[in-house]
Amino acid sequence: MTELTLSRAIGTGLRRALADDPKVVLLGEDIGKLGGVFRVTDGLQEEFGRDRVMDTPLAEAGILGTAVGLAFRGYRPVCEIQFDGFIYPAFDQIVAQVAKMHYRTAGSVTMPITVRVPYGGGIGAVEHHSESPEAYFTHTSGLRVVSCSNPQDAHTLIRQAIASDDPVLFFEPKRRYWVKGEVDEEFGQQTLAMGAARVAREGTDVTLVAYGPLVATALDAAGAASDDGISIEVIDLRSLSPIDFDTVEASVRKTGRLVITHEAQQFGGLGAEIAASITDRCFFSLEAAPARVTGFDVPYPPAKLEEHFLPDLDRLLDAVDRVLGRTNSLTGWKA
Amino acid sequence: MGDELVQLLTPRGERVPNHLYDPWIADLESEQLLRLYEDLVVVRRIDTEATALQRQGELGLWPPLLGQEAAQVGSARTLRSDDFVFSSYRENAVAYCRGVQLVDLARVWRGTASSGWNPYDVGMATPSIIIGAQTLHAVGYAIGCAKDGVDSVAIAYFGDGATSEGDTNEAMVFAASFHAPMIFFCQNNQWAISEPVSLQSGLPLAARAPGFGIPSLRVDGNDVLAVMAATRCALDRARTGGGPTFIEAVTYRMGPHTTSDDPGRYVDPAELERWAALDPIARMEGYLEGLGLLTGAAKASITSAADEVARRFRAGCLSLEDPEPLSVFDNVYSAPHSGLERQKSQYAAYLAGFEGGA
Repeated sequence: MTELTLSRAIGTGLRRALADDPKVVLLGEDIGKLGGVFRVTDGLQEEFGRDRVMDTPLAEAGILGTAVGLAFRGYRPVCEIQFDGFIYPAFDQIVAQVAKMHYRTAGSVTMPITVRVPYGGGIGAVEHHSESPEAYFTHTSGLRVVSCSNPQDAHTLIRQAIASDDPVLFFEPKRRYWVKGEVDEEFGQQTLAMGAARVAREGTDVTLVAYGPLVATALDAAGAASDDGISIEVIDLRSLSPIDFDTVEASVRKTGRLVITHEAQQFGGLGAEIAASITDRCFFSLEAAPARVTGFDVPYPPAKLEEHFLPDLDRLLDAVDRVLGRTNSLTGWKA
Repeated sequence: MGDELVQLLTPRGERVPNHLYDPWIADLESEQLLRLYEDLVVVRRIDTEATALQRQGELGLWPPLLGQEAAQVGSARTLRSDDFVFSSYRENAVAYCRGVQLVDLARVWRGTASSGWNPYDVGMATPSIIIGAQTLHAVGYAIGCAKDGVDSVAIAYFGDGATSEGDTNEAMVFAASFHAPMIFFCQNNQWAISEPVSLQSGLPLAARAPGFGIPSLRVDGNDVLAVMAATRCALDRARTGGGPTFIEAVTYRMGPHTTSDDPGRYVDPAELERWAALDPIARMEGYLEGLGLLTGAAKASITSAADEVARRFRAGCLSLEDPEPLSVFDNVYSAPHSGLERQKSQYAAYLAGFEGGA
């Protein structure tokens, strides 16, 4: 066990993948000498050479399209998209090429491509640097989508993503890059599968589903609620496609109440999918309609407004009050 | 380089000497010349049959290659089996030359599969319908070849319309930066559905490549010998560390964009007539007749061989059965995906409720 920041935990995962499999190659903008704008790939080009850690021209479709060709040739490309908001130029290559190739070719061509995306807000950035585009990709058949919330998962999931024969969108919560935690680099039988959710905190009154950057917020909310005598079970989804609904369902059958949170906009988002699927699976266990706490349906706002866009502890607790039938912002404070 | 059109056969089939490109086809003997001619005839015959099959309701759609036979055959017949093709949807003659089975040419257009063949069996990727997307795949594949230390080459086939796509331009940037062993093979057939090439570019398409640092040439795409010479030259450059080459094969789409298109709305009949006089097959015919290689008997035998291929193609097409309903769920992922497994089992249960079951 070593104590690492989340960003270093990804870096060591990449290092292990490069060392273990000569077919693993990294592609991205500024990932070489600079080590990436977040330094996730720091030192990797020096160690593995420019043939394995490739700085690319500034063209995201070019990065993904080149990765498709490399995958055709038997390579396992790991692409870095520098910031969430820069992924859109690569949209066709990801959703129409990468995602469909295995299906189109009746399984003869695999696309073991990992796309790393630093995402989410809360760092006071300028526009296009704080977005949460995961729902575009969970909506796309053929992709797997994961997001990590802590250094251990960051390390484990990046290695599982690279080892997967399916393409994986790997969302890195950039405002948690500097969070530290113990990381065990050795995989064991007890290691969670890539598609598995994790109960991050057990509880009995409300199930709070989160992923990526908001898991920490959800845990903080659970801590605060416990002072009030409310027991919140926090589930860290880890995998966004597929979603481990068995774990969520088991929790909701116990608590009878569900709150879902993500930074991404609400309409057509993962919260809707989770609410619908859980309602479908265990309607009669629900004591209240599932509640969503998400970013609003507006473009990501300027930094001085982002605290009014991002879900935070108080908004989570307000939703917890709502599913518990307690006074909340929608009932009016005097009710 | 430049605007000059490489031509080794005049439209009447007279051999034009060319000191730069003659050496690349100097080894072709009578038998190989005749085989090239036969290829041209056969792929046109398949194309005609496919259009007929579409009109008879047996294919959903077909993108005819009429007029582009020499560009496709001349380039594809230069490739080695370890080279790899990334093409657009009109390259059915390329697929034929790569050894794709006749029945497999029909699958996608009959709607029974999303890919007619396993790309690794023939060294040719599933054709791309998204314009230009495959050019980047060729770059990545070529970079992989270089990493592997082999001298295989990737070739991207695309049309004049694709040169406007971002992907094609990014492909040229990447290919140049990484010195990728590949060929950009552009069939300029003058039309992107109804849009003339003048809407895509004010310059000859080949003139764009040098701006990316990629050497280019324009070749008469209706001259199978010139196309072959140009492609061999580019292949040699790629195999010997010279990086990418852009070939603009100047040709003409003598038919519709697809069987759903009506070129009568936008093509000037006089233009079509002009290009008909430049027909790639007539030209090769004239050349071979001039050499005394193509006798009446030889021609008749090639025609009947082509008819036989068309008969087998038709039979293969008609033999294709609809896929099993639950196969709609197959191969989305290479390992089980819990969400999809659930949908599949629920749909299986639904189907089981009908008489006969799933």
